[in-house]
Amino acid sequence: MTADPIFEFALRMGDNCLVLGQSVSAWCGHAPILEEDIALANVALDLIGQTRMWLGLAGEVEGKGRSADDLAFLRDARAFRNCLLVEQPNGDFGQTLMRQFLFDAWHHPMLKTLAGATDVRIAEIAEKSVKEAAYHLDRSTDLIVRLGDGSDESHHRMQAALDGLWSYTGELYAADATDEAIVVAGLSDIEEQYKDYTSKTFDEATLTIPDATFMHKGGKAGLHTEALGPLLADMQILQRSHPGAQW
Amino acid sequence: MYAQEVKSTGKGVKSLDEMEPLERAFQEKVNADIKIEPKDWMPDGYRKTLIRQISQHAHSEIVGQLPEGAWITRAPTLERKAILIAKVQDEAGHGLYLYCAAETLGVSRDQMTEQLLSGKAKYSSIFNYPTLTWADIGAIGWLVDGAAIMNQVPLQRCSFGPYSRAMIRVCKEESFHQRQGYDIMMKLCAGTPAQKEIAQDALDRWWQPSLMMFGPSDAESVHSAQSMAWKIKQDTNDELRQKFVDQTVPQANYLGLSVPDPDLKWNNEKGGYDFGEIDWEEFFEVVSGNGPCNADRMAARRKAWSDGAWFRDGLMAHAHKKQARNVAAE
Repeated sequence: MTADPIFEFALRMGDNCLVLGQSVSAWCGHAPILEEDIALANVALDLIGQTRMWLGLAGEVEGKGRSADDLAFLRDARAFRNCLLVEQPNGDFGQTLMRQFLFDAWHHPMLKTLAGATDVRIAEIAEKSVKEAAYHLDRSTDLIVRLGDGSDESHHRMQAALDGLWSYTGELYAADATDEAIVVAGLSDIEEQYKDYTSKTFDEATLTIPDATFMHKGGKAGLHTEALGPLLADMQILQRSHPGAQW
Repeated sequence: MYAQEVKSTGKGVKSLDEMEPLERAFQEKVNADIKIEPKDWMPDGYRKTLIRQISQHAHSEIVGQLPEGAWITRAPTLERKAILIAKVQDEAGHGLYLYCAAETLGVSRDQMTEQLLSGKAKYSSIFNYPTLTWADIGAIGWLVDGAAIMNQVPLQRCSFGPYSRAMIRVCKEESFHQRQGYDIMMKLCAGTPAQKEIAQDALDRWWQPSLMMFGPSDAESVHSAQSMAWKIKQDTNDELRQKFVDQTVPQANYLGLSVPDPDLKWNNEKGGYDFGEIDWEEFFEVVSGNGPCNADRMAARRKAWSDGAWFRDGLMAHAHKKQARNVAAE
């Protein structure tokens, strides 16, 4: 590892928020009901706000004068550090909700833990974000339960979404040297908290966690799925086609 | 504003002496600027006109999410992205207040949705134009929201209480929207030649459609007089359009953009601008379904609604199960 671990870590946190916020925001005007348009916009807005803080910190730590916008709009896919889960396509509304739940169930305890980090800058961002993440988790848990234990079709769709996405969850809590360099108590407990919380929720939702234990990874190290490139191409178009312009 | 072709169903304006006691009492209240509330007696025509106007206004907010929403994923900075998400979210929120206001008149949100999706109910013609560049997001905020505010400020004094109160909230947010649009235009106009070019191009394309937002000329506007007597409407279409032109031309000048109208000229005598004839043929084509994006907008709304059916049904199924379990537990 050559880069400062705090730089890498802030990129991971920021890129997770950015990529997920970007995908969620694409639902604006297309959700199943007006209240969902509003709620999803809220979630996307929170995530983009958190992105600005994390990528701002990454730029500051790096010390090369790159702003949060530079990092968001002028890096290529291989330089992104988000987990593979968040770059999985929106799919149907069930996949979008399942992806959100699987992320929120990690994001909330993660931020809660990071609020106690030795690095004050990390602790402050975590502190500011944790309330939003708690709301996201409440909302996504509630919907997973209601749709899992809803109609036959909603049950079937949520189960299919879980089957498709579960193997992307291991990467969230699998700590590597970068994570371990962040001095904070309780980081190693997140995996257990995650598994407890998700299995309890899925029980209530009458959904079954797949048996297979294989977990994809690579995103944290910049090795992504094919889905990320087009997402970035769309997001970065104006900055790329008007180099140096102010907006 | 977002309800351009509202036809009230009254048969000409009656004088107080011609009215039955209930209607007379109603009209006297309106004349005295006392708000009409949902449980008050009101003429059928008043109710129908309001349902149509408020629901068209709500539908416009809902469809209006689409042209701007299309640029959320491409917004050029994180701040612009956040602002645009918040703005589109506000529009969905306006749709929600307005549907609620219309529901107080005895129509359900499902009925209104059905009317929109079947093509029976209209929405503002402006949202049938495409957003082709980022500058269009600036132009929509500046011109479209500017025109909306021009119309909605007087609607805050509308005689129907729920609509008037919804408009008070909506107007506060709309003025933010207009400012963010103008701010985008300022940045573009102070930017590179390519940025300035898309700013001018956006003004060129959005100017006429924005003027059309006020609806047909007074001479051709149906039943305007009745809506004015009921204080659903306070100013004529042409008065509002004139105000909009007078306010907007200096803003274009400040940006260094030229308004695409060779007949635009300051008229000292009337203290306002004279401007060229509006292409009403285009307006009626767009209203009747032949605008550049009518088919796409409707297809997007229908798809959202039909793709989301399982989600809504799933939530209902859960609610029924839960209710049954609660009953069983008692």
